[in-house]
Amino acid sequence: MRSTVAALLAKDLALELRTGESVPAMVLFSVTTYVVFHFGLDRDTVAGDLASGVLWVTVLFAAILGVNRLFVSEHEQGGFDGFLLAPVDRTALFVAKAIALFGFLCVVELVAVPAFALLLLGPPAGQALPELVLVLALANAGIAVTGTLVAALAIQTRARDLVVPLLVLPLLVPVVLAAARATTPLLAQGGAQPLAGDWLAVLGLYDLVFALIAYAVFDFLLED
Amino acid sequence: MALVFLYAPLDADQGFVQKIFYVHVPMAIVALVGLMAGGVFGVMHLRTRDARWDMRSYVTIHISIVLAVGVLVTGSIWARASWGHWWIWDEPMLVSFLIVFLLYATYWPLRFSIEDSERQARYASVFAIVAGAFVPLNFAAVRMAEQFVHPETLATTTGGMPPKMGLTFLVALLGMGLLFITLCKYEMASKHATFRLRSLRRRLSDDDDFAAVGRSAAPQL
Amino acid sequence: MPTTDHAVVLRGAGRRFGERAALRDVSLELEPGRTLVVFGPNGAGKTTLLRMLATLLRPHAGEVRVLGCALPDGGYAVRGRIGFLGHEALLYRELTGRENLRFHARLHGVARTRVEAVLDAVGMRARADDAVAQLSRGMVQRLAIARAVLHDPELLLLDEPLANLDPAAAAQVEPLIGRTSGRTRVLTSHDPAGGLAGADLALGLRGGRAALVGAAAQVRPEQIAELYA
Repeated sequence: MRSTVAALLAKDLALELRTGESVPAMVLFSVTTYVVFHFGLDRDTVAGDLASGVLWVTVLFAAILGVNRLFVSEHEQGGFDGFLLAPVDRTALFVAKAIALFGFLCVVELVAVPAFALLLLGPPAGQALPELVLVLALANAGIAVTGTLVAALAIQTRARDLVVPLLVLPLLVPVVLAAARATTPLLAQGGAQPLAGDWLAVLGLYDLVFALIAYAVFDFLLED
Repeated sequence: MALVFLYAPLDADQGFVQKIFYVHVPMAIVALVGLMAGGVFGVMHLRTRDARWDMRSYVTIHISIVLAVGVLVTGSIWARASWGHWWIWDEPMLVSFLIVFLLYATYWPLRFSIEDSERQARYASVFAIVAGAFVPLNFAAVRMAEQFVHPETLATTTGGMPPKMGLTFLVALLGMGLLFITLCKYEMASKHATFRLRSLRRRLSDDDDFAAVGRSAAPQL
Repeated sequence: MPTTDHAVVLRGAGRRFGERAALRDVSLELEPGRTLVVFGPNGAGKTTLLRMLATLLRPHAGEVRVLGCALPDGGYAVRGRIGFLGHEALLYRELTGRENLRFHARLHGVARTRVEAVLDAVGMRARADDAVAQLSRGMVQRLAIARAVLHDPELLLLDEPLANLDPAAAAQVEPLIGRTSGRTRVLTSHDPAGGLAGADLALGLRGGRAALVGAAAQVRPEQIAELYA
């Protein structure tokens, strides 16, 4: 299983580096959105819950771009068949793609969050960096799991680009909600407040439940 | 249903409009349970590959969505009457329910967009399972987020539901549940009949390539 | 019942797509090391049959056994012993030939040295580091063949394997996928005389049904031509 996941990841990494299908678009989108907010919001800076909301909603929409393209190379180039013919556990595809999506999100955030801090954030961004990273990690995991599942579901349908956002947005509401609520005290104007553990628990629970469901159910999406 | 209007005492604060409560809340509860049941049927379908489970899943979700529309409508009426607004965004119950509704609104387009009926059923089952698990999670998360504003109209000066109203509520809940089950059975029977007819017709004409069904979002038996 | 002797066994196999039956009541037995040639007009079910034997499609009716394993449940056990060559090359266009083969090698648990050997065998060593998108159709076909035999399968399922190949290339790949390879083979063909000459067993499909099944030596090309009528 592990070697299969490694093989798939290596392949996806090579493809992404060579074609740049997902990550550049996601980065561009996030940064552009922050710029737009910078000019659109009638204020100099944001802090607290407004900052949190802007940050997370943008991440969410950028994620959708990534989700849309997650299985495209398999679908178009008969890659599903190639994988299905191999004597491997098919859930490895889910694991590999989810890890890939998680990776993409991390890379995007590496650029987007500093951009956000630069363009919009009032309080100094470094004030709660480790906690922020933790929230990002947990939320990314949730997005990755749900996003991969929806991507796999949608790749076979005809109106894929429509189905993905319709399915993924409601499903990710708890993630965005919990992440935003958790981030709010970290971006508070008067200096970072302690992290709200409740919301981390919600994120963790979501990640766990959906990861388990996805793991159990993914096989059925691939077979014919 | 008659009990609602005849037996229940009027609520001290809200008067007649409060009666909608007996329809609205049971409807919401039954709809949500129905959606989760649809998820369970989805699991059965994937395990047994028997198309009848997919039929059950489809029908329960279908009718739950219809009930959900009713919930949103009756909720708005009630909100209008008691709070003076058709909708309140801060309201966790409303928002949660709306999100669940939006999610399930994609059930039909999803089914319709997959032509192969076997795959359609499989993917629909996956959706039913994921969405069914999502329902409780969603409500938990949103509820945590907001103050609990949803009216405590049941609280009279003593707090909690007075027995007469409690009884009526239970009866209403039961009635709604039975209504739901009846509607489900009715729809399933009707679909069964349609397919029986079609397969008989197919056998009579001895033509296995009877492709007159065309595309459909409903399960094929 | 000593069905484990046969490489491929079909008894009343069937497969639907929605309301349409793509395959219906197909029965045959193929011994190891033998070649089965499948004829039939477009839409007759040849590709469906091959995909079903490759474990890509579940049978909806009847019994299907490949290399002793009943499908669909035995699919996992048998996949690694089957080589499939379909209409699509199953290669990633932005990756090179070598990268593609190495990827498949990892999926099948095959050593890297084997990749080089196979590249040599199909004559693609020189262009192995060019992206697949830059290669001609004939070269892509050769890479596809390489992919199909990479894991040294016992059973080959070939859907028009010599498409896009010039005679020299066709001769080059013969030891890998041809009769001399010694593997059990199921392949499709539109050439009645040539196809029958190179096979032990012949199957003629029409409208999803087996219009004729029999030893290739006893089937006449005219019978095949009738399928297309």
